[in-house]
Amino acid sequence: MTQIAMPQPDPLILAKRERIIAGLKERVPAQWVITEEDERRPYETDALTAYRRLPLAVVLPGSTEEVAAILSFLSREGVKIIPRGAGTSLSGGALPQEDAVVVGVGRLNKVLDVDFTNRTARVQSGITNLAVTTHISPDGFFYAPDPSSQLACTIAGNIAMNSGGAHCLKYGVTTNNILGVRMVLLDGTIVDFGGETFDQPGYDWLSLVIGSEGQFGIVTEATLRILRACEGARPCLLGFDKVEDAGACVAAIIASGIIPVAIEYMDQTAIRICEDFAHAGYPLDVAAMLIVEVEGADAEIDVLLTHIEKVARENGARIVKVSKSEAESAAIWKGRKSAFGATGRIADYLCMDGTIPTGQLPYVLTRIGEIVAHHRLRVANVFHAGDGNLHPLILFNANDVDELERAEQAGNEILELCVEVGGCLTGEHGVGIEKRDLMEKQFTPVDLDQQIRVKLLFDPDWLLNPAKVFPLNLHPLPLGRAA
Amino acid sequence: MQTSFSLAQLADSDTRESEKILRTCVHCGFCTATCPTYLLLGDELDSPRGRIYLIKDMLENGKKATVEVARHVDRCLSCLSCMSTCPSGVHYMHLVDHARKHIEETLPRPFADRLMRAVLATVLPRPELFRLSLFAARLARVTSPLLAALPFQWAKRTVAMLALAPDTVPMRSPYSEPVTIAAEGPRQGRVAMLRGCAQGVLAPEINEAAVRLLTRHGIEVVFAEGEGCCGALVHHMGKQEASHDQARRNIDAWISEMDGQGLDAILITASGCGTTVKDYGFMFRDDSAYAQKAARVAAITRDVCEYVLTLDVQPPAMPSRLVVAYHSACSMQHGQQIKTTAQGLLRKAGFVVKEVPEGHICCGSAGVYNILQPEIAGRLRERKAANIAKVTPSVVATGNIGCMTQLAGAVGVPVLHTVELLDWASGGPLPRKLTKNALFAQHG
Repeated sequence: MTQIAMPQPDPLILAKRERIIAGLKERVPAQWVITEEDERRPYETDALTAYRRLPLAVVLPGSTEEVAAILSFLSREGVKIIPRGAGTSLSGGALPQEDAVVVGVGRLNKVLDVDFTNRTARVQSGITNLAVTTHISPDGFFYAPDPSSQLACTIAGNIAMNSGGAHCLKYGVTTNNILGVRMVLLDGTIVDFGGETFDQPGYDWLSLVIGSEGQFGIVTEATLRILRACEGARPCLLGFDKVEDAGACVAAIIASGIIPVAIEYMDQTAIRICEDFAHAGYPLDVAAMLIVEVEGADAEIDVLLTHIEKVARENGARIVKVSKSEAESAAIWKGRKSAFGATGRIADYLCMDGTIPTGQLPYVLTRIGEIVAHHRLRVANVFHAGDGNLHPLILFNANDVDELERAEQAGNEILELCVEVGGCLTGEHGVGIEKRDLMEKQFTPVDLDQQIRVKLLFDPDWLLNPAKVFPLNLHPLPLGRAA
Repeated sequence: MQTSFSLAQLADSDTRESEKILRTCVHCGFCTATCPTYLLLGDELDSPRGRIYLIKDMLENGKKATVEVARHVDRCLSCLSCMSTCPSGVHYMHLVDHARKHIEETLPRPFADRLMRAVLATVLPRPELFRLSLFAARLARVTSPLLAALPFQWAKRTVAMLALAPDTVPMRSPYSEPVTIAAEGPRQGRVAMLRGCAQGVLAPEINEAAVRLLTRHGIEVVFAEGEGCCGALVHHMGKQEASHDQARRNIDAWISEMDGQGLDAILITASGCGTTVKDYGFMFRDDSAYAQKAARVAAITRDVCEYVLTLDVQPPAMPSRLVVAYHSACSMQHGQQIKTTAQGLLRKAGFVVKEVPEGHICCGSAGVYNILQPEIAGRLRERKAANIAKVTPSVVATGNIGCMTQLAGAVGVPVLHTVELLDWASGGPLPRKLTKNALFAQHG
């Protein structure tokens, strides 16, 4: 069907399915153990729908203790575990296997405690990213990382993938905004990593855990750093007739000494798709557009925007349009944040997630155009230009097998291009299965060997989200079998 | 998403529509976040994306509905919050309607379940029968404590149903018969108003206020001969034949007015009904005798507040400054995508309008959902009441009878229809629900 191979299911595990289900039902109320084929079906995929594997069962625990009981039981039985947040992964991070149990954290969606004085919020990990900000915004606070899927994606998934978002240019990615986690290890041990402040005694386990793609354990609670929102924020739209000019302008703005909160890039295809959905007033007659947002007091915003306009004009911007109201700003961001989904109005897509040095933007944009054209496909480019995190959307028809294969091939070439120019395979979506087989392009065998040795500390039998991140040929044990 | 329907399957019109809808979905999952049942239950299967997947699997493989699939589709409120959220433009409403019909046709439900659905489908759309049943419900309510103790779903549903019946049944409205009410002064326009079914019995004051407001502004209002329930109640139970029969009667009634003295609009004072009437064109797309007529009816159908916006309603000389929490019904904001019209009208009429936090989430009413799914509906009602309390209103205004009934006992302040307040502010009487309250009497 598709290019990325998944391991064969272990017949010994499949044979004891009834026993596994019975064991789960002893540990979690039966209504939260999903076993009927009809009901397992919607859990067979995430937001990378080209890949689908029907899980052996799905379990939705209601507490950290239940997660611990489940993991302890499944690891004893040698059953693979697929952690799942909201299933919004674009890299197949929550793709199940036939001999694996999906452990979803969707029911763990509460805010536990907010401390405005010390600027922390303790939450259950299944809460959505945006729900955290919604909860604290009446008091003027927000949680900074804002992946485009923030409406739906969970803090658990953000931690697994070290997610970023448009505003990470100023505020950093997930790892810069998490103070502590409560995590269940494979054997059911509950551990707390980090704490209430940035500097904690001992090893920095937290940094190791964030971005570990569900391969070290399951995070059930997290302490987040929350921030006081600025007095105000205002985005402006910069329109360019040449994509290269837009790319050069990004580098020029940053080189001029301004770090805006966000610099987002959209090409003409993306602009049209998003404008159609959000009616944000995007310029439709330009080759590329930047959304640049600055924040602070009004006077500060005025100064920064004047300066940015000057830099933009020097770099060939034909249109400079500053948002005039809260409603207009909201529409501008709604359009950008819905770019992936809105693309669904015109085609299926594969969403890439490479990162490059911003100086390489003009070259990479040109090459992406060439690669996609070579495979007789179209592309819509949207990305977090400020930190060089690209999200080219390769458009294709999912009901045409040949087109899917060409789209995957084009995607691989784009990611290889990112590595070639000194960037990396993944900005924020994680490796998952999507970029798994490209890892050897990014890392040397020594690098990968060291990474695997760390992974084995947490999961010696390759039971936690096992077929992800590392190419299957590097797995030291025969897959599907506990040692 | 990839789909795999055979050409034979695609020969069926409903399947063809559903395939188109499924192809639009990219499975991004945004919809899960604004789905009330996912919010409460945290299970993908009780989210729009999960239901879409269940429905896709059932339809693609030509499978009969199973108890499991029906359970999750039944839990869907049809609030259509997902459609407001979906960036890809997935028409979930038509997909879930198709699924409900498929379930109704292929799944034999348990006897108690069938009986409850049959009773609701028979009684609610018939005002006279419904009126009688309200008296009966008042008497039967003595059995509630006994029923509540029983461990059966039918018992819980019966308790929920009895609890919804009002303490007093209002007098029969003059507008329960076909009648035309002339405009005051020179006639500026002529509209039909849906008499409807349950609303006319539970709260006749809504249409009465709407008529006063319209006629005062030069609009003649006709309650057409032969119209009745819009069909939504049975439509949402998957009973297509019954819903189409009811819809056809309305189409005939209104077409006869349109071709007779003419109509500028067909006005609906319950947004739940409005969503369905506006969809008549789609419902009858394959019916050669009715397709065109249904499309004509749908094209001039408006929620009453959409139409009032086009009239020259002057703000009162002495604004009441009453604090109104506006509860936007799901069928208003999601079903009809009317987001700010009523709030604007209320503000202009001198009220201090507060938006309810988490306003996009359903109150749990959803037609007969609060009877069929009492537990989820009850949790949503509590959640909504708590959010309304945050803005400490003096009254709650909304545009849908279902929400009014659902919230009436839960929010501690009067729940009124938007037109009752607009009528009062532009010269009409103080709404009945406010007359007993000293605070409001002084405004009157």
